[in-house]
Amino acid sequence: MGKTLAEKILSLKSHSKAEAGDVVIADVDLAFVQDTTGPLTIRQFKESGFEALAKPQQTIIFLDHAAPSPAQQLSNDHILLRRFAEETGCRIYDVGEGICHQLVAENFANPGDVIVGADSHTVTAGALGAFATGMGSSDVAVALALGKTWFRVPESFLIELNGAFPRGVYAKDLVLYLIGQIGADGANYKALEFAGEALARMTMSQRLTIANMAVEAGAKVGLFPGDKITRDFLREHGRGGRYKLLYPDAGANYERVIPVNLSQLEPMLSLPHAVDNVRSVTQVKRVKIQQAFIGTCTNGRLEDLAVAAEILKGKKRHPGTRLLIAPASRQVLIRAIEKGYIQSLIEAGAIILPPGCTACLGLHQGVLGDGEVCLSTANRNFKGRMGNPEAMIYLASPATAAASAIKGEITDPREFV
Amino acid sequence: MPDLVLKGKAIKLWDNISTDDIIPGRFAHLRSNLPELAKHVLEDAAPEFASRVSALSAEGKGQAILVAGKNLGLGSSREHAPVVIKMSGVGAILAKSAARIFFRNAINQGLPVLLCDTDKIGDGDELEINLTGGKVANLTSGITLSCGKMPPIMSAILKEGGLIPYIQKHKDFKL
Repeated sequence: MGKTLAEKILSLKSHSKAEAGDVVIADVDLAFVQDTTGPLTIRQFKESGFEALAKPQQTIIFLDHAAPSPAQQLSNDHILLRRFAEETGCRIYDVGEGICHQLVAENFANPGDVIVGADSHTVTAGALGAFATGMGSSDVAVALALGKTWFRVPESFLIELNGAFPRGVYAKDLVLYLIGQIGADGANYKALEFAGEALARMTMSQRLTIANMAVEAGAKVGLFPGDKITRDFLREHGRGGRYKLLYPDAGANYERVIPVNLSQLEPMLSLPHAVDNVRSVTQVKRVKIQQAFIGTCTNGRLEDLAVAAEILKGKKRHPGTRLLIAPASRQVLIRAIEKGYIQSLIEAGAIILPPGCTACLGLHQGVLGDGEVCLSTANRNFKGRMGNPEAMIYLASPATAAASAIKGEITDPREFV
Repeated sequence: MPDLVLKGKAIKLWDNISTDDIIPGRFAHLRSNLPELAKHVLEDAAPEFASRVSALSAEGKGQAILVAGKNLGLGSSREHAPVVIKMSGVGAILAKSAARIFFRNAINQGLPVLLCDTDKIGDGDELEINLTGGKVANLTSGITLSCGKMPPIMSAILKEGGLIPYIQKHKDFKL
């Protein structure tokens, strides 16, 4: 019988014939923590009696969640993490370098890799064909020391993408639509595997947006094949040699097949306070927003800033709406400056935040007030997510966020593109 | 070896409790001070939760059992979520379903999570959980519920009190 992508990668990495439902021990190619999960991971690593990392050059600490730190306790956590990097010889990306998932995509993830991160959006690297999944601190602590971890091999859902995005509709709209269809727990413990003729036109940036949100349907991974677009992305990022063609076998067994015709999609929104509370933007009228936030591991890439800059160029944000822009990495910021996007955005009234997670998780740089509404390009709108349980978060594409920032209320981006 | 049995009282919560509900991100500065962090468990979503758990512990008639609906613990990978639930005094969790990372994190913390039809459990019901057999006896209603089985490696981790004690003892994963 043919293998799914998940079965193929886990077979290779566990040196066994892994089938859905099996429990395997797999080699880990890359393990990482960030600054809000790393300190617990390090304490557990030491408590276990470990001293050395299995693979120091394949172990990374990212300081991105509180970056730069807004509180002395978090600054002290950063000191702990920097010391650990010195002691063990692992890699570290300090504050201002960018969001862990973006940096993993730019610098590390390859088709067929197994990646574990102490952050739920580790699934982002599935865009590159890596079996990448989020785990807690204990699991990552052990993976750092042993260079392996255990997995239950997931059953897969095949998401078959056909057609082309209409004007004003983007990867974010597709993934919000999908989560609305599947539900927040509909793919719990499963793999989402993306296929279909539309992939030939789907950029790596779009794939990263989609894979990033696989976890919002409960999925363990969101996997794209390794194809020509993967190859070109790896070449551009200096690791063309790590490319390999990676497809599921014909006759692989899928628990569910979900076909989506992209040409029939509309701009979508997630309404408070659940990611699967999805509507088309045309169904939501006259919701005023006090903050528009464009960035995060979901939508902080160059293509996202390009879309936003194009809409906002020569226009102004609504006086009642703050407009926050957070590039996902230093490289994204530099390119956005070179391309003139940052100039357009600042002239439109945007505040440019440092590369990192910024306002997404409610620690700093854009915490909402009571009763305020934020239209965000992030991946979560849970109650309290942006630092205040009395606030409301809507999720949408960068185009919808940019259009809404101009009008001061949730706006269909097709008015502007 | 005798069956591992835990007696306690249900504190009934609802569906889709996120890790942001359990321990909001705005308390990230307390993550290296777990006793202080634990004071904020479910603070926004269920403000009376922590005091109910400590009142039950003070009664001395068994531990609080967190009973939730579906998709408990969706969201972030923060292991601090099961850590603060355990530190607050909860002895076990029952849910219809639990999000993947939260489920694994709770077991790694030695906090039992059993999956069963929690519609059959009311707030304040007296429960007797047989962790070895995967059964929940609802002493209030007289109904016994069967729980979903976990992979043997998770049962072994739970038996050792969590992943860190498991690794200290075995030095490696044993399938």
